Amino acid sequence: MIRTLQMDISPRVFKVFRRHLTVYRRNWKVSLSFNFFEPLLYLAALGYGLGVYVQSIEGLTYIQFIAPALIASSAMFSSAYECTYGTFIRMEFQKTFQAMVATPVSMDEVSLGEILWGSFKSFLYGSVILFVIFVLGLVASPWALLVPVVLLISGLLFAALSMIWIGLVPNIDSFNYYFSLVITPLFLFSGVFFPLSGLPAIVQTLAWASPLFHVVNLTRGLVLGDVGMNLVWDFVWLVVVAAILIPIAIHLMRRLVIR
Amino acid sequence: MEVITARNLVKDYNGFRAVNGISFSVHRQECFGILGPNGAGKTSTVRMVFGFSPITAGELNVLGRDVTRHAREIKARLGIVPQENNLDPDLKVLQNLLVYASFFNIPEREARERALEQLEFFGLSDKRDAMVDHLSGGMKRRLTIARALINDPEIIILDEPTTGLDPQARHTVWQRLRQLRNRGVTLIMTTHYLEEAAQLCDRLIIMDHGDILDEGAPGPLVERHVGAEVLEVGQGAAAADTLLKQFHKQIRGHLVVGDNLTLYPLNGRELLARLQDLPHQFDHYLLRPATLEDVFLKLTGRGLTE
Ligand SMILES: Nc1ncnc2c1ncn2[C@@H]1O[C@H](COP(=O)(O)OP(=O)(O)OP(=O)(O)O)[C@@H](O)[C@H]1O
Ligand SMILES: [Mg+2]
Repeated sequence: MIRTLQMDISPRVFKVFRRHLTVYRRNWKVSLSFNFFEPLLYLAALGYGLGVYVQSIEGLTYIQFIAPALIASSAMFSSAYECTYGTFIRMEFQKTFQAMVATPVSMDEVSLGEILWGSFKSFLYGSVILFVIFVLGLVASPWALLVPVVLLISGLLFAALSMIWIGLVPNIDSFNYYFSLVITPLFLFSGVFFPLSGLPAIVQTLAWASPLFHVVNLTRGLVLGDVGMNLVWDFVWLVVVAAILIPIAIHLMRRLVIR
Repeated sequence: MEVITARNLVKDYNGFRAVNGISFSVHRQECFGILGPNGAGKTSTVRMVFGFSPITAGELNVLGRDVTRHAREIKARLGIVPQENNLDPDLKVLQNLLVYASFFNIPEREARERALEQLEFFGLSDKRDAMVDHLSGGMKRRLTIARALINDPEIIILDEPTTGLDPQARHTVWQRLRQLRNRGVTLIMTTHYLEEAAQLCDRLIIMDHGDILDEGAPGPLVERHVGAEVLEVGQGAAAADTLLKQFHKQIRGHLVVGDNLTLYPLNGRELLARLQDLPHQFDHYLLRPATLEDVFLKLTGRGLTE
């Protein structure tokens, strides 16, 4: 077990990352505007639409309440898409991984490169939403400048989680299940749309196990300037879980590709 | 000098034995062929050589190092042309070479110079800004070989370099490979084209079902197993015994495939004349030079291509 979780990583991992960046430079405009669109729809429909009927949540208007959480959820979606569909297409259909491992790049570096890339996309898309929210006057505190750091860590976590799914169910049709059984429930029950404090204790306990719950706590706390020790614990939770998931993802990908 | 040494090399996939304890060696600056039908274990063998696939048992040294422990250093000195093209479809032609070069830590300026040089050598200069998916099959193959040369490798491993190409594209690839060999690059190639093996390889092994059936230079292999010529006797299988008995002095061997009989004559013309004098005439006679295919047929009892 210890031996299989040992990783073969060198700075060449950044060459893998750069390959993704090179590809992305070609189509970033299209890709960014699409990813941008969906959270804006939520913001418009829920914030301005539903918000009219919701009096206030914890002393905030509804749009103030959900806007910072949408940073977290869109960051989650972008790394989850990238490290399921994106990764799988590169691995299975384009054989990009096989090409890379024929060079001095190791399979572990290929996998970690994918995770770093997924994390970068979380960072990028989350930050763009943060910027939009800022322009809309919904950012209350300079603590919000720390949000991108949170996005990088949560990106690592969701990228690794998604690749673990690939490692266990290496089939493009299975990603539907991943999104409907894992990602969407996280999206709905991690305090993005409503506070969990009103729900039964069991739900709150379960929410503690949701990575997105901690990311939402952080983005909301930082954007609203409501910071305290509890945010430190949320951050530690994310770092620890990411640190556990990454080697597992790398191990499963190695098992899948190298035969 | 040996650049690759394999001893009792085994590859199992979940209990299925694809390579069954083979031993061979490749010498510097030769073109070494691995010939065999589908499923013979060619790809499995070369994948172990370039450190992609872990070896199940045995010993494998490449460029003086153990592949299991020094995969990274070894891969830095190899050029790989895989069986399935895996050019990066998200990148343009030149970018493909540059990004690949970056995996070898080749400085950007040098990479660019080498890439342009390779594109020139492979006649792809005017395609440098094309997307890979817009290239023809032959061009993709040439680009894959160009990519394998970007790190100036000491050994280049080609897994079926011309499968799926039309004859003209195939000859272009052969010509480039010959030029590479003349430059002193060691080549290892798998193929199931006998002509390819005969044209390019200095030495080859014939594989089937994970075993090596024989090895040697193409000419001597044919000479040893079959001789200079073969005489095909159409629908002669039924009469095989009678003919062999009658002409045993002129025949050094034979092979029955389906209802056809192939004879390995000592003197083809003489035997043909004698057969044509027989009262009973067969469907057709064909006297032709012996090829590796005949060797293969003799060793396995079946053809290379189904
Ligand atoms: N990843 C794998 N998992 C399980 N079995 C495999 C795997 N790769 C190859 N095999 C099996 O090993 C045997 C040898 O396959 P290999 O690809 O080495 O043959 P080959 O000589 O390259 O054939 P071809 O001419 O079709 O490319 C085959 O029976 C094949 O089904
Ligand atoms: Mg093969």
